Amino acid sequence: MKDILEVKKLTMDFGGLRAIDNLDLDIQEKEIVALIGPNGAGKTTFFNCITGLYQPTGGDIVITPPGKPAERINGLKPNYVTQRGLARTFQNIRLFQNMTVLENVMIGRHCRTYAGVASAMFKTAFQRREENKIVQDSYEVLEKIGLSEYVNELAKNLPYGAQRRLEIARAMATDPFLLLLDEPAAGMNPQETRELDDLIIRIRDREGISILLIEHDMKLVMSLSDRIFVVDYGRKIAQGTPDEIKENPVVIKAYLGEDLDAQA
Amino acid sequence: MFMTFTILVIKVDPIQRSVSWRWENMVMVGVGSFFLSFLWRYAMARKLAGNKNMAEGKILKTTIIQRLMEDPKLFRPALIFLAVFVVAFPFIFSHYQINIMTTALIYVVLGLGLNIVVGLAGLLDLGYVAFYAVGAYSYALLNYHFGLNFWFALPIGAGLGCLFGILLGFPVLRLRGDYLAIVTLGFGEIIRLVMENWNEFSFGPSGIANIPRPDFFGHEFSLQNATIFTYFIMIGLALLTIFFVNRLQNSRIGRAWIALREDEIACQSMGIDKTKTKLTAFALGATWAGMVGVMFAAKTTFINPPSFTFMESAIILSIVVLGGAGSITGVILGALILSLAPEYLREVREFRMLAFGACMVLMMVFRPQGLITNVRRVYKFEKSPDSKKEQNL
Repeated sequence: MKDILEVKKLTMDFGGLRAIDNLDLDIQEKEIVALIGPNGAGKTTFFNCITGLYQPTGGDIVITPPGKPAERINGLKPNYVTQRGLARTFQNIRLFQNMTVLENVMIGRHCRTYAGVASAMFKTAFQRREENKIVQDSYEVLEKIGLSEYVNELAKNLPYGAQRRLEIARAMATDPFLLLLDEPAAGMNPQETRELDDLIIRIRDREGISILLIEHDMKLVMSLSDRIFVVDYGRKIAQGTPDEIKENPVVIKAYLGEDLDAQA
Repeated sequence: MFMTFTILVIKVDPIQRSVSWRWENMVMVGVGSFFLSFLWRYAMARKLAGNKNMAEGKILKTTIIQRLMEDPKLFRPALIFLAVFVVAFPFIFSHYQINIMTTALIYVVLGLGLNIVVGLAGLLDLGYVAFYAVGAYSYALLNYHFGLNFWFALPIGAGLGCLFGILLGFPVLRLRGDYLAIVTLGFGEIIRLVMENWNEFSFGPSGIANIPRPDFFGHEFSLQNATIFTYFIMIGLALLTIFFVNRLQNSRIGRAWIALREDEIACQSMGIDKTKTKLTAFALGATWAGMVGVMFAAKTTFINPPSFTFMESAIILSIVVLGGAGSITGVILGALILSLAPEYLREVREFRMLAFGACMVLMMVFRPQGLITNVRRVYKFEKSPDSKKEQNL
């Protein structure tokens, strides 16, 4: 097993506030890794740094896509990061509300296709072939995620759980080797969470995509993850398998507060 | 009623030193406002009902035009009728009518061009008329100095428009919303002021006269025929624009524009190059403005800076917003209404602007999405759902 993402001493400052402090993290091929921590610990900031929405103040982010040489991606624009094979979803759903479900996924295909303005205006054979392929590929992604019944529905009219899954579908359409999911189960009911659990496992097993997820639903995290990283105040306070994390006193302290046992 | 009291009811005659009370006016105002309030309530109730339906996710096919567009049985004859009407138009109606129609068509193309920038890509451009001016002046000046004819100037005007679009595009790429609007507004004014004050270059406020009308392979028409010819060129240009814009908005680039309008951050994270996408939108919008600018110069044979004021930009923007941002039919309809209505309302010109303003306010209250809602008409039918499912089963 080799590392496909290696983050070394990542630091992110907002003015005087250090949101992420010397964070190390690594993900291996076909691994599901969870990033957990209390609210405001810097998890989403970490995602934003990796995907290029923020410029990290210091540290290295190195990716090694399967079959390609390692590359440092600090400070690359988000669209180039996506092009290199990292796709993400958002904590607060950011779908293209007034586009259909299929179109949302088709946007995901954008960075893997090439037709430009001129070929669109003159509808060249190349453009038509590509367009058909985009529709085809997008529809296949929807089938995989189980959203094919909604194809022509507007994204904003979808039920909440389906919107969350559509975000995953859209990210999948960019052909990633690493999927970054930011609280995919937030606001889902137990039934939907179970389905999500299956879906994530399926994505990993069938597509061979590694997954890094932020999640607050501990049941989901514990059952899914191969390894867990725990952050608090921007610092990594623990890492290990779910069983190790469950027992870790530092983690319990971060989540439940100082000296809870002593007072009790 | 009480606000109008002092104006309508009491009439003070300072010469005869008398005050006359016109109570009948008060009754009129009372009755009028009574009926208006009923109308208003009725419209509001309808609007609320509409909102409710929307919330329930029902697809509303409210307008006749939408239904017309979707049903090929109705759509075909309507299209043929329209085509016949368009061709026959100049031979039925007077010179004046043809001229108005040509102007309306110019607005159609301008509206469609701005629709790319505002309607699709969601970039609020308040200085669109600048590119229109660039096109018009490029033809006028090239013709004046080098005797270039219309047909050569058309692509050059379009090209220059595009170039200026990119020039403006670069600095404003990082701006959004209000800030972008202000900068584009400034740009529009800059172009106009340069044209007004740079006498050696653009002949300043006196403008450029005697710009030749379009010729037909060197053959010059009489005034009457030239008008008709211009009309047909404009029809051609409009059709070309509709054709290209339609293709563009259903393409990969068009989808990227819409995605950019919907959510910029998500758009970038999905691998779309924000810079490039915005620039193409700006450049393409400006290209059409440049092209139509050449047309405008050729049609009026005289241009000067006051033709390109902010008012013009505002009208083009209203066309897009009123017609329904993002929808081609909507924009065409909006352009026809906004450019033809003031012409035909000339008889009641005192109230023209009043009616215009009232229409705008009412539109924004009751149909903020525009005359024709931008239905996602890109119903791409998945080609192999059945075969796929069969394989899976």
